[in-house]
Amino acid sequence: MIYNTDVVVVGGGAAGLAAALGAADENAEVILVEREDDVGGVLNQCIHNGFGLQYLKEDLTGPEFKEIMQEKIFNPKIRILPKSYILGVNKDKSVFLVNKYGVHTINTKTMVIATGARERPFSSIGIAGKRPSGVFSAGLAQRYMNLMNLKPGNSALIVGSGDIGLIMARRLTLEGVDVKAVIEIMSYPGGLERNIQQCLKDFNIPLYLSRSVKEISGEERVEKILTTKVDERFNYVDGEDMIFEVDTLISSVGLIPNIKPFDFLNHDNGFITSNTNQTSADWIFAAGNCTVVFDLVDYVAAQGEKAGRFAAKKALKNYEDDKIIKLQKSKNIGIMYPTYINTDFKGELFLRVKKPFNKICIEIPEYGIKKVINEAIPSEMIKIQLRDIKNFNEIIEVKAYEIV
Amino acid sequence: MTFLIAVIGAGVVGTLIARELIKYEKDVAIFDEKSGPGRMVSKANSGIIHGGYDDTPNTLRAKLSYKGNKMYDELSKDLSFDLKRCGSHVVAFEEEDLEYINSLVEKAIKNGVEEYQIIKGETLKKMEPKVNEDIIASFYCPIAGIVNPWMVAHQAARNVEMNGGKLYFNKKLIDVEMNDKRYLLKFEDDFEFEADIVINAAGLYADEIAKLFGDEVPKIYPVKGEYYLTKPEFKYVNSIIFPIPNKISKGCLVVPVIDGGFLIGPNAQEIRDKKDFSNTNEGLSEIREKGLKLVPEINYRQDSVKTFAGLRPETAEKDFYIGKGEGNVVHVSGIRSPGLTAAPAIAQYVVDEIIKKEMNTKFLKRQDFNPKVDSFRVFNEEDIDLWNERIENDPEAGELVCFCNKVSKKDIKAAIKKGAKTLEDIKFLTGASFGECQGSYCSSKIVKILAEELNKKPEDIVMNEKGTWIIDSEVRL
Ligand SMILES: Cc1cc2nc3c(=O)[nH]c(=O)nc-3n(C[C@H](O)[C@H](O)[C@H](O)COP(=O)(O)OP(=O)(O)OC[C@H]3O[C@@H](n4cnc5c(N)ncnc54)[C@H](O)[C@@H]3O)c2cc1C
Repeated sequence: MIYNTDVVVVGGGAAGLAAALGAADENAEVILVEREDDVGGVLNQCIHNGFGLQYLKEDLTGPEFKEIMQEKIFNPKIRILPKSYILGVNKDKSVFLVNKYGVHTINTKTMVIATGARERPFSSIGIAGKRPSGVFSAGLAQRYMNLMNLKPGNSALIVGSGDIGLIMARRLTLEGVDVKAVIEIMSYPGGLERNIQQCLKDFNIPLYLSRSVKEISGEERVEKILTTKVDERFNYVDGEDMIFEVDTLISSVGLIPNIKPFDFLNHDNGFITSNTNQTSADWIFAAGNCTVVFDLVDYVAAQGEKAGRFAAKKALKNYEDDKIIKLQKSKNIGIMYPTYINTDFKGELFLRVKKPFNKICIEIPEYGIKKVINEAIPSEMIKIQLRDIKNFNEIIEVKAYEIV
Repeated sequence: MTFLIAVIGAGVVGTLIARELIKYEKDVAIFDEKSGPGRMVSKANSGIIHGGYDDTPNTLRAKLSYKGNKMYDELSKDLSFDLKRCGSHVVAFEEEDLEYINSLVEKAIKNGVEEYQIIKGETLKKMEPKVNEDIIASFYCPIAGIVNPWMVAHQAARNVEMNGGKLYFNKKLIDVEMNDKRYLLKFEDDFEFEADIVINAAGLYADEIAKLFGDEVPKIYPVKGEYYLTKPEFKYVNSIIFPIPNKISKGCLVVPVIDGGFLIGPNAQEIRDKKDFSNTNEGLSEIREKGLKLVPEINYRQDSVKTFAGLRPETAEKDFYIGKGEGNVVHVSGIRSPGLTAAPAIAQYVVDEIIKKEMNTKFLKRQDFNPKVDSFRVFNEEDIDLWNERIENDPEAGELVCFCNKVSKKDIKAAIKKGAKTLEDIKFLTGASFGECQGSYCSSKIVKILAEELNKKPEDIVMNEKGTWIIDSEVRL
């Protein structure tokens, strides 16, 4: 079958839903392609609260957030193709996809990629020991618990203090799993402060920093996990071993933007975009965790909506994409988003510092921005508003220096 | 006269022997203590079809590996598994390494291998742009290739079954009795089987199985090899890159995997326990380092998807031991590397040299033997027409379960129909959860499909062996 549309949105998570709504609001015809049975993406399995405070001005659970977005998406301009997987892109601005009705083509004018992120598998980080069953990524454990009503084990160690790891520590505890501890290889936690409080401290679950798994044992199912302290260069420190006797290891060791099958676009980890969410191909936009992993769904949705709007404008020829400058990050910045700025438009800059700082100053003289931040940690994104500026052709550096 | 034949061990060696036997006799049964074919030594190795040039001349190994290599073209067509003759380089860093390369030439000549070339300078760079710049020359063997080793065992076993043979899994042989020149094979859980001829192809355990028959074969000690598997995105090498080997192994190499991605490893560590498949910190850092020496660009942090270990069945003689025991039993033991390469030739050797000649068994070729088996993975991403046709016949062919490797619900169900019961069965047969995300996305869906199709609860689905449970219980009843 052949479909024709103005905008194709790939992925129906928070970014994709918002993109479809944004594009429809700009009067474009939209086709939203989702590989799962239903839209919502990772929102579906996140039954805890903390979603939507900024974007929907309400404290919601993931499924509630999705519900609200889904109601809006019943819109004659938006057509949803669920259980459909995009296989590739043709140069003539068409995409092809597969579902249970066959392989189909969509001819489009522009596209928004909102494919989210996937979890880094624990098996990839080169840990010694046996390979018993009982090792789950946090998202997988979450899916088992929250979507399938299945409990993956009886006692657990959580490796990695990212938000999903922390949330799962609480969730497993609430369902009667004995969570012995959360260990984190860095010297600071990976997740938001509020989650450290609400998911660990409130439940007396210890958090051990600068600690890593040294060896997994267990003939059939996980039996024991040997952990050890690590130094700044992640080398094992002798004499600091701790053994946890658990049948389950839950790992939350990082998210990786999903860039397939669009990896022909410029990417670092995720897609490199501008403040209008344009990628290295002028008709393709990207938003959400496939560009950079955001802290909050609110940021993701806002970026998605923006991407949808610009994709629609571009499709309907209401958008110029030639006034682009590059932003350069200085060395204390780990992640910076976006990388390019279309100076005709406002935008937001998201930064993650490389390591914790007591006091750091972010300075962008061209924008007249000088912002001092106390207690900056990599896990919390710094958000900076950019206004529109005129007449800059050079690369702009985003400076970040420590204040002592 | 017809014979009842039992093959103990469903690795590449056992399954190919059984397939050779079934060309003559219908009553061939394969037994394995694991849940499927190729789950031990044949599972975790480099997957290389070696050139046969470097085996010590005049050993059984040398005699059978070059021959085995040659047999793979036909075998891969008959059994519909992928074979890629990507070639191999043994690389020299220093002048003195050239001596070793020259010795390889001598060995190749003695082993009757003609397909080799010494490659130098720019030519090497063109063939392999990413290898270490310090490499000055290589011994290149264009007939070396790669396969999915467990797929060879799996397809051979299916072919045996198609031709009337029987496959018995989760059957561990624990005792043997001899009655009236017949063997009574006793398995765990009180299962028994009578056979006229037995082939012991029990891999790591072949020496212990020989004892059950009252025979003594060279003692097997395990040598562990650890690996990194990397994702396919970044192309490191086009062919197999070997360093100059040491005494116990061919060294840590960098080798493309036929499904995409690369293996780096194996190291070689003598261990005691035949069940010790664990990775070690020392081992992993050793292979990381050695891999980097061959291909400096390897990015373990970003590109690796998993680490694992395999055990080689080694003997003091460092050669295959294939011989008749006291009665009508053949011990196929010490099948170290390159056992995968030699396996088809081993199978022929066992039947022609031992069973037909030495045992003087009168075997007649069957007229109805069908050498062909269809491909397990019918899927070809490029061929959209074919895909449409498949979906028209079965809509589930269009429902993807594993996105990394594009495995559909139909493929998963087909695997279950063909005997898959565990997550690992599905992984090895369909490639689902073998991709970059290593099942962190799709394994929950596979557990569900397995449970539904097998009429079990998710709690009863295991990863591979008994006891490797995945789900404890329902969260709420
Ligand atoms: C690290 C490593 C790298 C290698 N690389 C290569 C390579 O690149 N190329 C190459 O040609 N070769 C290679 N090899 C060698 C090759 O893998 C082996 O020679 C080959 O797989 C041996 O096959 P097999 O059938 O003899 O053994 P296995 O595959 O172990 O088969 C034996 C079977 O017997 C079963 N069994 C044992 N005891 C019993 C019992 N009591 N009852 C029932 N069943 C039993 C086992 O479960 C097993 O399935 C490598 C090996 C290793 C470990």
